[in-house]
Amino acid sequence: MLSIASKRLVLAHFWVAFAAFFVSLLLGEWQMYIRSPLRDWIGNPELYYRSVTAHGTAMGYVFPTLVAMGFGYAIVELSLKQAIVGRRWAWLGFWLLVLGTVTAMVPVSMGLATVLYTFYPPLVGNAFYYIGVVLVVAGSWIWVGSMSVNLAVWRRANPGAVVPLPMFANLAGAYLWAWTSLGAAIEILFQILPVALGWTDTIDAGLARVFFSWTLHAIVYFWLMPTYIAFYTLVPRAIGGRLYSDKMARLSFVLFLVFSMPIGIHHLFQDPQVGSGVKFMHAIFTAMVSVPTLLTIFTITASIEIAGRLRGGVGPFGWVKALPWQNPMMLAVAFSFVMLGFGGAGGLINMSYQLDFAIHNTQWVTGHFHLIFGGAIVIMYFALAYDLWPHLTGRALAAGRLMRLQLWTWFVGMIVLTFPWHLVGILGMPRRMAYFDYSHPAISPQAVTVIITFFGGLILVFSGLLFLLILLRGHRSGKVTLPEFTFSRAVHEAERIPAALNGYALWLALMIGLSVVNYGYPITQLLFLKQTSVPAVPVGERP
Amino acid sequence: MSDAKVFSRHNRWFTWSIGAVVGLALVGALVAFVWLPRAHAQATLEGLWDAICSAAGAPAPFQGAGLPEPGGHNPSGVIVSAYMMGPVGTASVGNGATLAMACTMCHGARGTSPAGTPHLAGQPASSTYKQLRDFASGHRPSAIMQPLVVNLREEDLRDLAAYYASLERERIDAVPVSDTGTPRLVRNGDPMRAIGACSACHSPHARRPATPVLEGLSETYLREQLTAFRDGRRSNDINRQMRNAVHGLNEREIAELARYYAGR
Repeated sequence: MLSIASKRLVLAHFWVAFAAFFVSLLLGEWQMYIRSPLRDWIGNPELYYRSVTAHGTAMGYVFPTLVAMGFGYAIVELSLKQAIVGRRWAWLGFWLLVLGTVTAMVPVSMGLATVLYTFYPPLVGNAFYYIGVVLVVAGSWIWVGSMSVNLAVWRRANPGAVVPLPMFANLAGAYLWAWTSLGAAIEILFQILPVALGWTDTIDAGLARVFFSWTLHAIVYFWLMPTYIAFYTLVPRAIGGRLYSDKMARLSFVLFLVFSMPIGIHHLFQDPQVGSGVKFMHAIFTAMVSVPTLLTIFTITASIEIAGRLRGGVGPFGWVKALPWQNPMMLAVAFSFVMLGFGGAGGLINMSYQLDFAIHNTQWVTGHFHLIFGGAIVIMYFALAYDLWPHLTGRALAAGRLMRLQLWTWFVGMIVLTFPWHLVGILGMPRRMAYFDYSHPAISPQAVTVIITFFGGLILVFSGLLFLLILLRGHRSGKVTLPEFTFSRAVHEAERIPAALNGYALWLALMIGLSVVNYGYPITQLLFLKQTSVPAVPVGERP
Repeated sequence: MSDAKVFSRHNRWFTWSIGAVVGLALVGALVAFVWLPRAHAQATLEGLWDAICSAAGAPAPFQGAGLPEPGGHNPSGVIVSAYMMGPVGTASVGNGATLAMACTMCHGARGTSPAGTPHLAGQPASSTYKQLRDFASGHRPSAIMQPLVVNLREEDLRDLAAYYASLERERIDAVPVSDTGTPRLVRNGDPMRAIGACSACHSPHARRPATPVLEGLSETYLREQLTAFRDGRRSNDINRQMRNAVHGLNEREIAELARYYAGR
């Protein structure tokens, strides 16, 4: 059970996360509205990009980081069954994140840091935006340390014991984040901040992009971690089944750890400063990420089948019908898989050197990451919040129909939003456009897709609002005495496990080694290359 | 279980995971930095090492297209431009005609000869002049031509070129007229092998400076020159134009081109 103090800690993380989520959801929908043909053009593209910066920063950095942190703290107590060690540090991390978010958002809302959330130089915004992002990352590093320390304390108390799967996976996410956030941190601290603070006025934009790619792709797997932890440790229990294989789960998480990192340069396929051989290496390892992904799809589907058969389902498909479809967790995992399937298929296009050329920097890319992150990942955040909420509030969360409506609308809204983006992306519509000239004969046939995405966004806003209402109602419903919180049990409980799958040393060594192999040369080469810096362009000034 | 046990040759997890990742990285690197660059090098005429460097992203030092590689020498000492020859007077042609008396043994009394030497009559002055200069400077090595032109003055070379340009081209009766159609390489080149069409430069209508007229030239001479460009024995073509064009040609294609131009 969670102690009162831990409940407050986790709830604080979740509520700030969901508040940031909802505000940026509204911003996203506003962007859809003002650039659609439904109203006259607002006349100032800067307002649109200001909104994109806030939307992306809150959705990409603040929201998932807080969810992972809050969920991580809950996992410590629920799976290790020990009080969180270093709760003060945890609160310090939390407040650093809040402070960082506010520090970053003030210059953004003033229009001083309209650099988009990817902050690619030579465009450089107000220093406080970057300081805010650094504070967010620093806060999350405290969490990484806290997770590591808590496991160490547990290990000392339980020498030789098998680390429970939720905590094992949790640590994989924490270590992945620690290593991957380094790229953007180096870029901000050593390249961007010196310019933003006025100490220098040139910047090596190519090198900065390489450093950002270090973070840019693996961060997606960090976002994915809470979702995957929910797949493996919540879904089978919630739908009355068993986890098909504990070992397979551990293998997936360590493979994510190893292969998430050395692949980021597939974001730079069209960048001239990186050689084609390096890009090819990154494409190969990007393809390797499909291995833990497919392992997960297989293991979770098998676990769900176990639940279906335990509930009396027979035949090759009878078990599907027998599944508890009224259960929000069942619905969420099904929707998540559908969106992961479409998003993953699209991702195969993005990671292929030649195919990427056709959709690079088009709406396709926007569609892809909204489908994967906003769809497959976030819908499981909802589900895990629903699952944890009664244990956090001590009150019942008896709104099954509303939850199902919320999950359905999120799924439908996300499909309506992202499928047209994929289509127009293939037709060549660029991403990050504040305005389209709908009177242009070549563009006017695509106007309808912008209207459709607006309505997709509208459904998502409705769903997001419903989500907050359900959680708020959960704070006001009647108190309940709950049975002890449990995670999924595997078909074969992990009493003995290979030492390699009970720790991280081997996988961290591989992760760091592969990162050095795949990033060492481009970074070293760009570091020592002469004449690569260009004049920085402060936000609001002409280049 | 301690991590010390994990890092051991006897732990299959250790050996297999390290082996698989290292193997994957090695295979990937072989494809990325050796196989693909090799295929690329064959298509673009780069050296293999240049192709590997470019696959790794190491930029080549900046180099103007018309300049030789650092440390290398110019393909020619002549600066070729549309205005390289200047106006030609009758005195010039007369002086050239006098000097040309020394050339008749091989190149014929009026600049056309069945001896297998190139016909000079009707060749653009810029073309003849550039070759004479290249013979003199050694950019186009020739044991026969170099001693003959090395002592001539700059003005003499220009006059010789002007004289031959003023002559009408004559046909050699012994050479049968080509009855085949225009080869594809002449009309279109071969874009898939990055070969431009011959007629893009070697056409009476193209009027490129320092570009000879090929029609009616000796078949043996043409074949020998194409092969020399291909093998790198002749390298006085600016920007490697000819060497790039013919490096992908096979013997049959070279023979076909030589026969075609000789018969026109």
